[in-house]
Amino acid sequence: MSEKIKHFPGESLKGRDIREGRVPTIKHRPNVKYLWSAGVAMSRFLEGLKKGKIVGSSCKKCQRIMVPPRAFCEECFRPVDGYTNVKDTGTINTYSVSYVAGDASRIKEPILVAVIDLDGASKGMGILHLLGEIDDWKTIKFGMKVKAVWKLPEERTGTITDIKYFKPME
Amino acid sequence: MFGKKRVAVIGAGMTLFRRNLKETGKELAWEASNMALDQAGLELKDIESVVMGTAPDAFDGVHMKGEYLADGAGAWRKPYSRVFVGGGTGVFAIDAGWWHIASGQFDTCMVVAEEKMSSCYPHPAYAFTTIFDPIYSRPLGVTLIWIFALEMHRYMHVHGIKKEDIARVSVKNKRNALDHPCAQLGANITIEDVLNSEVMCWPVQRLDISPTSDGGAALILASEDVAKKITDNPVWIDGVGWCIDTTFWTNRDLYYPKYVQGAAQMAYKMAGIKNPPKEIDVAEVYDPFDYKELHHMEGLMLARKGQAPKLTAEGVTQRDGDLPINPSGGLLGVGNPIAAAGLMKCCEIFWQLRGEAGKRQVKGDPRTGLAQAWGDLMQYGSVVVMRS
Repeated sequence: MSEKIKHFPGESLKGRDIREGRVPTIKHRPNVKYLWSAGVAMSRFLEGLKKGKIVGSSCKKCQRIMVPPRAFCEECFRPVDGYTNVKDTGTINTYSVSYVAGDASRIKEPILVAVIDLDGASKGMGILHLLGEIDDWKTIKFGMKVKAVWKLPEERTGTITDIKYFKPME
Repeated sequence: MFGKKRVAVIGAGMTLFRRNLKETGKELAWEASNMALDQAGLELKDIESVVMGTAPDAFDGVHMKGEYLADGAGAWRKPYSRVFVGGGTGVFAIDAGWWHIASGQFDTCMVVAEEKMSSCYPHPAYAFTTIFDPIYSRPLGVTLIWIFALEMHRYMHVHGIKKEDIARVSVKNKRNALDHPCAQLGANITIEDVLNSEVMCWPVQRLDISPTSDGGAALILASEDVAKKITDNPVWIDGVGWCIDTTFWTNRDLYYPKYVQGAAQMAYKMAGIKNPPKEIDVAEVYDPFDYKELHHMEGLMLARKGQAPKLTAEGVTQRDGDLPINPSGGLLGVGNPIAAAGLMKCCEIFWQLRGEAGKRQVKGDPRTGLAQAWGDLMQYGSVVVMRS
């Protein structure tokens, strides 16, 4: 803001005045639904999860094994050369302890989330997932080895949540 | 400059930044535009083109809100475009305005940014969840704060940075904002206040985060010929840069923002800057979280990797330090109406380089300033370098 300017436009409203109807407002709750096609590469991934496998794709040119799998290598900009299973074990690259839900409301039991670098994929190929079977989150360490805990085969539906969470290996 | 027209900034304006403003997005855009025109001494008829920057439609709940906001930005029957690169939008908007004039197509361009986050009720956080991949990420319940917490933690881990080293940024910026008449959250707080604030998503705590806000900002750009007729002290846009990385954010090492480096390198090359910390006198670095100021200083090569906390602890980044960062108070202090916050940073550099920033003025007659923003899925950087 310039010292030459003396008038600052904008009228601040109090949250309470809005909630209690002292400010004219219009409410609307959109009702929009989506059905997404999982796509060429991600369909292989979801079908793999149903069988208890984590599927990646490989590019011979840059020699990467990528998770999640893509239909094309975004670095080399060419089709991938094939699909391959990686392991369901890995190491914690980074983690967080969330006391906030998606709508910004507070939760008592924190959600433990991590980026896990998967064994068998190229270096740094992480996956976002939850951590479980951890009594005290302060025991989580960077570089800790973890393993996927799967839903029972009959419970799996072909989604990322077919893996319930990753648990420490020791 | 390689056949390009030189581009000047000749006026700036902004509204109050607040949690809830009575004005609609259109009205906020009008207030900011009107102030910027006044400051430049121009009228709407003098404006040949308009660029609008505004972030997700989901906030306002109005799809195609670029079109909806056009009247407020003075775009009525003019060449008009809306640009949108998430949090990077505010600074990308001035970059886009630059090419309107540098190309030789127009002599003037009004760059306007608006954000009204309060419309998404009761909190815009839920609108943010729709930015994630619907197949791979959303079923896990991912929220925006998770991914920033994961990035912050990785940055802390790689360099061995402590929370108190990061909290200093929040303390500095909220204090700087006390001198900004439009600021939402100017305050005198201590490092302990930050460390004792509510844990949202470890290591992110309440006072590490900027607020949600409503607000508008605007700038007037002109070609060299026009600018020199209108004003004796134009501020020149000498460097622009923008860069994006992959959406597969879990496949990148989050400790360093390579895409910010890419944007900075583009802008520095254009501006002929070889040694950024020596040549840049004042910078507005994107700070929606306190760690982001440090992370971005490193991406901008204003500090070596892992060294930004040390510069902050030594007072280098204070308003009276050798490299003042966010003298406005930043997003942490002034507020974070996404696109408007990025453009507010460009306004602040304009006012600093003109010596009009009053109580916020940095010492030593700054000649070269930088503004930067960051957005999308932790993947986008936009940069502008200005000189007086």
